[in-house]
Amino acid sequence: MDWVNAVVQGVLLGGLYALFASGLSLMFGVMRFVNIAHGDFIVMAAYGALVIVGATGLYPLWTMIAIVPGMALLGFVGQRVLLNRTLGEDILPPLLVTFGLSIIIQNVLLEVFSADSQKLQAGWLETASIPIAGGLNIGLMPLLIFVSALIVIGGLQTFLYRTPVGRVLRATSDDQETVRLMGADNARIFAYATAIASAVVGIAGVYMAMRTNFDPSVGPARLLFAFEAVIIGGLGSLWGTLVGGIILGVAQAIGAQIDPGFQILAGHIAFLFVLVMRPQGLLPRMRG
Amino acid sequence: MPDPVLQTRGLTAFYGDFQALFGIDFEVLAGETIAIIGANGAGKSTFLRSVTGMLSTRGQGITLFGQPVDGVPPHELVARGLAMVPEGRRLFPSLTVEENLLIGGYRRRGSYWTLNRIYELFPILAERRHNGGTELSGGQQQMVAIGRALMSDPKLLLCDEISLGLAPIVIRDIYASLPRIREHGTTIVVVEQDVTQALAVADRVYCFQEGHVSLTGRPADLSRQEITTAYFGAAEEHA
Repeated sequence: MDWVNAVVQGVLLGGLYALFASGLSLMFGVMRFVNIAHGDFIVMAAYGALVIVGATGLYPLWTMIAIVPGMALLGFVGQRVLLNRTLGEDILPPLLVTFGLSIIIQNVLLEVFSADSQKLQAGWLETASIPIAGGLNIGLMPLLIFVSALIVIGGLQTFLYRTPVGRVLRATSDDQETVRLMGADNARIFAYATAIASAVVGIAGVYMAMRTNFDPSVGPARLLFAFEAVIIGGLGSLWGTLVGGIILGVAQAIGAQIDPGFQILAGHIAFLFVLVMRPQGLLPRMRG
Repeated sequence: MPDPVLQTRGLTAFYGDFQALFGIDFEVLAGETIAIIGANGAGKSTFLRSVTGMLSTRGQGITLFGQPVDGVPPHELVARGLAMVPEGRRLFPSLTVEENLLIGGYRRRGSYWTLNRIYELFPILAERRHNGGTELSGGQQQMVAIGRALMSDPKLLLCDEISLGLAPIVIRDIYASLPRIREHGTTIVVVEQDVTQALAVADRVYCFQEGHVSLTGRPADLSRQEITTAYFGAAEEHA
């Protein structure tokens, strides 16, 4: 039963990883660049929620009302003012600039909030659980996060496949040059993509802050989990990203069940295994 | 005389240090159909890339709809009434036929060309509307590329090598659509290696050779000998 429990907890943890990853996946899909500061943006959103809770005493979940649009706006402006200038034929500048951003964000957070570990107290939600047959319990918070991931990914998928702006985002993902000949302004489209991705980062940041301890240095590890989930699932496929997150979560949970020190390593091993056996990922959508 | 829709004066273009165009003088009047012919590497596609703003031409020499286009990005030119059928069709592979057409209407200027009118022009596309754009035959893909360009209701339609790699019977079908497009006041420039096809459809022809305009005139006024020389170079070079 311990093993079944580990798998179930791993699946639910995969929801959080999918939330980490879907913003990264969307930005990579549309602009073809990996935002190295992605994990640090998640941590920044977490600290944003911490500040709001500290100032107002609100229940942590409600901070999303401010954090999600706030992150979206930050993403939109950041893309227009900074990142769009780095995109071009050469793939190196956006990597260097976001790597620099990652270092800046970590150090500013360290300066302002110190290296102390933080967590948002979610009260009753942290301990509430639903009993399932055979002594198995599903925690309400992991379940909430998992369901949120389903809603976010379903929403993104609907947006991409059912709306005019989503259609242009997919066309841009296919062929950035030709889409300009259709009258679409790349700079604006990129800003939309980053705004949407950043909104998801906001959700992921608040959930991370409620679920785990965090400090200014944990961003890069979140980037790594997100990146692994995207690669396992296959580039350009959001449902694939969810599957990737779940596989990563289950591998970590099973690893932890074998030995607590084995948790993170087991996730990386699962990632390497997929990379060797099926480099295009499990549900790839993107060509070339 | 109608106003020029597109005019270039002494247009030059470079790829790095390599000069691809040497002082091109070009003019197309409202309602005309112009063909640009020439061998591979003559500068035809470079000319279109310069005109659409895809290739920086150091901001000189191009007037579109009476306004200079110095540094104006491609999407702005589309908003002003330019549309392009790119070489190799360049359909969006993850979009369906209908979605490809709808992307073309991202910046709609007028209301004539609708999905229904595109499907009237190319009935086969209506049957294939939910297929992936790249699941179609080459000719059908070319129809999508033309329809996609029309969806913005352009004043000027540029077509780059629309017959390339297609069977003669398919080329005939594609070219048969041009008069209907023209009926609605659209000015057309086709870049074409197939000289016979180009001469049949065009009011005037420009022949490019090694980045220069080697010949221009009305098809009826040009002799076969003149065109051959302008296309391939002077006869004595081959003697």
